[in-house]
Amino acid sequence: MIVREPPVREPARSAVQRLGRRVFDILAEVGRAAMICVGAVAAMRFAFTKRARKDIVAQMHFCAVRSLPVVSVVAFFIGMILALQIGIELRVYNQEALTGSAVMASMLREMGPFMSGLVLAASVGAAMAAQVGTMMVNEEIAALEIMDIDPLRFLVMPRMAAMAVTVPMMSFYTCALGVLGGAVVSHTQLAVPWATYFQNAMDFASTKALWVGLFKAFLFGFIIVTVSCYEGFRTEHGAVGVGRATRQSVVTNFLLILIVGYFVTRLFY
Amino acid sequence: MIRFEHVTKVFGSGKRVLDDVSYEVERGEIFTIVGPSGTGKSVSLKHMIRLLSPTSGRVWVGDDCVSEAEGRELSRIRSRFGYLFQSAALLAWMDVYDNVALPLREKTRLTEGEIEFKVRDALEKVGLGGEGASMPSDLSGGMQKRAGLARAIVTEPEIVLYDEPTSGLDPVTSRRIDELIADLSSRLGITSVVVTHDLHSALSISTRIAMLGGGKVLSIEPPSAFIHSTLPQARAFLEAQYITRRGAWEANRP
Repeated sequence: MIVREPPVREPARSAVQRLGRRVFDILAEVGRAAMICVGAVAAMRFAFTKRARKDIVAQMHFCAVRSLPVVSVVAFFIGMILALQIGIELRVYNQEALTGSAVMASMLREMGPFMSGLVLAASVGAAMAAQVGTMMVNEEIAALEIMDIDPLRFLVMPRMAAMAVTVPMMSFYTCALGVLGGAVVSHTQLAVPWATYFQNAMDFASTKALWVGLFKAFLFGFIIVTVSCYEGFRTEHGAVGVGRATRQSVVTNFLLILIVGYFVTRLFY
Repeated sequence: MIRFEHVTKVFGSGKRVLDDVSYEVERGEIFTIVGPSGTGKSVSLKHMIRLLSPTSGRVWVGDDCVSEAEGRELSRIRSRFGYLFQSAALLAWMDVYDNVALPLREKTRLTEGEIEFKVRDALEKVGLGGEGASMPSDLSGGMQKRAGLARAIVTEPEIVLYDEPTSGLDPVTSRRIDELIADLSSRLGITSVVVTHDLHSALSISTRIAMLGGGKVLSIEPPSAFIHSTLPQARAFLEAQYITRRGAWEANRP
């Protein structure tokens, strides 16, 4: 049951009891978020029904196509910044020709999945939390539950399926555009020939870095949908609650993307 | 059909909204709950479908204890209900037709042709025959409510719960909704529980009227007795709506 009542409790009698309750509440909320994720993954078996397919395509359009302009600008400029910063340092040692390799390695391993994850968390994740939160406040989620329509299957699963596919795609796109942005700066600011830059970049494009990056992006997709829908589902108190849920989803997504990103890197390198 | 057994509901703030409430709604009747705001009318309705759980006591739907049901059992019990929310609770991104078709598409194996027939029929009944393609945001509050009503009845449930079905509607449409509730009850034997402030509606369609006040059931009477009630709360309610005679409602009962 997504729609739930706040528990009725006697006032805490001591600071220890208050602390204990807080810890249990946090654990319970983490468990609830995990159940939303697990429930949506379990509902993936319905992903091939006609309605679900339609919803997934609509969500993919929303997540990917409508985020494309902002992701493109971010990716291109991240590549340009990386090339400029690294290139200036390398020029000191007369090694600016290696800029392509550094940009490629950074984009594939970290910046591609990381930047696409952050941008999608801020745009798509916030929109998701606001939409689900508004539905919660307007009793639309309660209406679904009364009609015996599982909100995890109906709302969360299509978003999760769409994000699991689109975040890795956007990550790959971010990498490609970032490398291109780096090439523009390398050529115009550091006088590195195009061919040298791309040759150098491709020499350092390892398959492992690509797969680890895509795996990270895949995890980020799950994180963004789980956190955003979880925050949406716990919305109460009208418009103020929707604003709180949206803000909290962005903050939590950013933190988790950073933390999980680090541990995945640590796991593979 | 629906039975409250010593139900008490205390919210987190400590407010006791229902206090040892017991009553039974009979199969096929139109049971109306009236009373001032904040006396637990909508809370009672939400207990019937387990959107809320009692602090103590039990709520039964037939032989099923809905207040203790979980998982699939709760789903099965809920599938017996239609529910009209006070806010209509239509899904904002779907047009009216898709909103009404939603429970049929999700919970039945009907073909799209059969679904279309049922949806058109439900929309005609609530006077929204030409509004299938409209988005909820393009409709007035009253029209949204009628669309919500169409969604609640399209599956022809055993029990329909109406939370303020006529609030925000013009008098002609209100009367039409009253007739629809009465018609569903008499023609299909649907059990209806109506929460309303509109005593004109309550007196017109109800089999029995329950008056709530201070978390208690103050009276449960047929309309003919309710209109002569000596309860101060009931009298205040009646007089606030300029209801002083009984004949008019008896003549107008659908």
